[in-house]
Order: sequence, then structure tokens, then C-alpha cells
Amino acid sequence: MTGRTRENYNRNYLNYVKTQDPPTKHLKNCAAAFGVGGLICCIGQFIRYMFMYAGLTGDELAGATSVVLIFIGCFLTGLGVYDRIGRYAGAGSIVPITGFANSVTSPAIEFKTEGWIYGMAAKMFTVAGAIIVFGVFSGVLVGLIYYFI
Amino acid sequence: MNKSNTVFFKNAPRILSSAAVCGSKESEGIIGSYADITLADDMFGESTYEKAECKMLSSAISLVIEKSGLKEENIDVLLSGDLLNQIISASFAARDFTFPFLGLYSACSTMSESILLGAALVDGGYVKTAVCATGSHFASAERQYRYPLELGCTRPPQAQWTVTGAGGLLLGRSDKGIRVTCGTMGRVCDFGVTDVNNMGAAMAPAAADTIIRHFRDTQTGPEDFDLILTGDLGALGSRIVKDLTWEKGFDISNNHVDCGEIIYKVIESEFQGGSGAGCSATVLNSYILTKMNAGLYKRVLFAATGALLSTVSSGQGESIPCISHAVRLEV
Repeated sequence: MTGRTRENYNRNYLNYVKTQDPPTKHLKNCAAAFGVGGLICCIGQFIRYMFMYAGLTGDELAGATSVVLIFIGCFLTGLGVYDRIGRYAGAGSIVPITGFANSVTSPAIEFKTEGWIYGMAAKMFTVAGAIIVFGVFSGVLVGLIYYFI
Repeated sequence: MNKSNTVFFKNAPRILSSAAVCGSKESEGIIGSYADITLADDMFGESTYEKAECKMLSSAISLVIEKSGLKEENIDVLLSGDLLNQIISASFAARDFTFPFLGLYSACSTMSESILLGAALVDGGYVKTAVCATGSHFASAERQYRYPLELGCTRPPQAQWTVTGAGGLLLGRSDKGIRVTCGTMGRVCDFGVTDVNNMGAAMAPAAADTIIRHFRDTQTGPEDFDLILTGDLGALGSRIVKDLTWEKGFDISNNHVDCGEIIYKVIESEFQGGSGAGCSATVLNSYILTKMNAGLYKRVLFAATGALLSTVSSGQGESIPCISHAVRLEV
């Protein structure tokens, strides 16, 4: 058995497993994501209108709306509701800003038991770190393209 | 290649007592009325999930000893392990007791490995009594292997749900009780499955390998057993193991049961069923052993399976090596 290379896997078995795999319900998942994601955006738009009536404009308006949505995301995560929404809605609740809030709050809650500094604070960005890195990176890339066009 | 990997226990150590502790979700299923303790709250009154897991294991061990009528000083050794890094639950549970502790790691097949080793120690006369126990907790496993609990992500349809529970049994010499007559040591099988969400497909070849070797080594077949019990293959893995053994000429479809497949009442949100070291430990030590004592099953082949991966190995793109140890239990 020694000397067997890692590439020498049982291809037949892997192909067989593929035929046995339960299918992912793409259509249902897309519909749920569309519905819930749309609802979150509608709530966001509603909050935006409320702030507009209160007299906010421009950056202040965008900032205030985001802050409220982030708060709602964190709050629902703390109550243990957001993961249930996420399990149902998938990308619908991951893509909006509330999903980002969830990805920061959930490790913070989880790792609090390992201490405030090395636990909560250090591990708060285990999930969101990737979002930030690639968010900034793609921002730079798009900015460069925009600059040269 | 015809060398036997099966060890026969001439003196047939017996199971003197068994106990199981399970979480609230598990208590709604088949094992609910057979488990000794069902938790109303998955924290078990502790401040962290890891402490809760440790307390479950510790409670299971205490209960096993209590139910056997023996005292703590009569126990010679504890064989235990769990899923967490550096098997902390088992080691931390062992500090509550005065007897020696041998830590094992065989992922979800820890229950069958501990019975195999415990039976060998008792059979050889090296110890008089051995406690074999293991457990797992959904929240602590989820945190170690996957994402934070509250993260709103979807679960793929192949996914399984780690069982919150612990179980243990006491092996010793006696003239009544269920006998452990032989056991087949597992080989590490790796068929190249890399999907960490598809444990059933990764572990099924290991289970099939051990079950077939057991049949060949002991000159038996599926019809000689009332039950062939695998650990936590789930619904998908169970289908695969039936196919794999059928391919080699052994049809186990009539008497094969998977602990992971039967543990939950509705396996809709858990998709393929339960997994984790606690899965086979709770089902075996509550439901199965009770039914065996009642005479419903006379001969059971218990082959729990374990996936020997870590988050580092899967992150580095390694496939999932798996193992399965089998023990034969007879009334």
C-alpha cells in the first residue's frame, strides 16, 4: 500500500458518489434569497425615507441608514434569529449589510468565552476578514479601471 | 492479504452496565425514552459548550459506575476520547475520577475503538473492569470544524448534525450480560473524498472494508447478525455502504442500521442525520443495549466510523482519511 500516490484515487468511487448526492434545490434557494434579500432592501429603503423626512441628506443619510441596518443585523444575531433567517434565505441575508454585521457579531459571541482580547476582539474578524480584504481589493481594482477609462 | 485483523476474546468480557446522556434535540427522537439523562438546556448549567460537553461525559461515566453497583475504586481504567482538539473533554472529565485514564482519538469511531481495546484489556486479565466512554456536543464541534453558531449560512444537503450527547459502558468479567466476543481493527481508508460536508461518502468505504473483513475473518455473513450497526454514516452514507458491501457479495441491506440515520425524529433540517462521537455512543448505550438485554437482538456487529481530518488538513486540500473499528456483541 505504501508508495500509493495521492492522485491515484478511486475515480470510479468519486463519480459514483456524485450520482448519489442529493441535489441542491437551486430554484427554491434562489426564490428564497430573492424574497428575503428584497425584503431586507425594502426595509432599508423604508428607513432611508424615514431619515429623509427627518431632514438628513447625502452622506449623512446613507450613513444613518447603514448604522440602523447594521444594528438590526447585530441585534437579530444576538437574539439567535439571524442564523435561522440565513439558513432559509442563503445569499439573500448574507449579501446585504446585515449579513456583514452578522459575520462580525457571530464570532464575537462565539469566542467571547476565550477572553475579551484574544478571544472576542482577535477572532471577531475570522469570517469578516475575508470580506474586508477582498472588498478593499476589488474596490482598488475597479477604481483603477475607472481611472484609466 | 489474507492475514486476519480480528481479535477473538476467549473469556468474552461482558458489558456490566451502560449509560447515556443526550441533548434536548436528541431526546425528541428514538433514544429519548432510553437515555438516562436528557438535558433541558444544551449548556448543562455550565458557562461554555466545552464545559457542558465535559460535564456530559463525566456524568455518563459516573452513571455507568453507579448503575453497575461498583465503587469508583473498583474501576481499573477509563478509555475515552472526543472530537475536540487535544481530546480536552475526555481528559478534563477524567480528572473528576481517581482511576487511570487512557486517552483515545478515533473521531466518531471512538466508541467502538474503546470497546475493542477495553475488551482486549479485560480479556487478557490486565484489568478487571474498564469504562469505555465518549461524547460530543453540537455547538463545540460546530465551532471547531465549521462556523460560529450564529452565522447565518446555509447547510448543504449532504450535511449532518453533530449529536449532543455522551455515552459509556463498563466492561468486566461476569456471568451475565452482553458479551463482547470479537473485534476487527480498522484500517485507514481514503477514497479521495475532499468535501468536508459529505462525511457519509468519505466514511462509507472504511465501514464497508471493516464489515467485509469481519465477515471473512470470522467466516460469517450478514445473515448471522440480527443487526449491523454503523455509527454516523447518515442516510447517504448508509446507501453507499450497502452498495459497497453488495458489490463484494455481502448483502447487508436487510439488517443494516445506521445510528446517525435513526437518531433524529425528523431528519429534514439535519439532512442526512446525526454525526459525531456522541451519535453512536448514545444510540448504542441507550436504545441498542436495552433492546439486546430484552432479547430483541441476539448478535450485533457494531462498526462505528470516524473521519480522521482536521480543519488544517481540509484547508490544505487533503482528502479525508477514515477508519472504522468493529466489535461483535452477543447476548
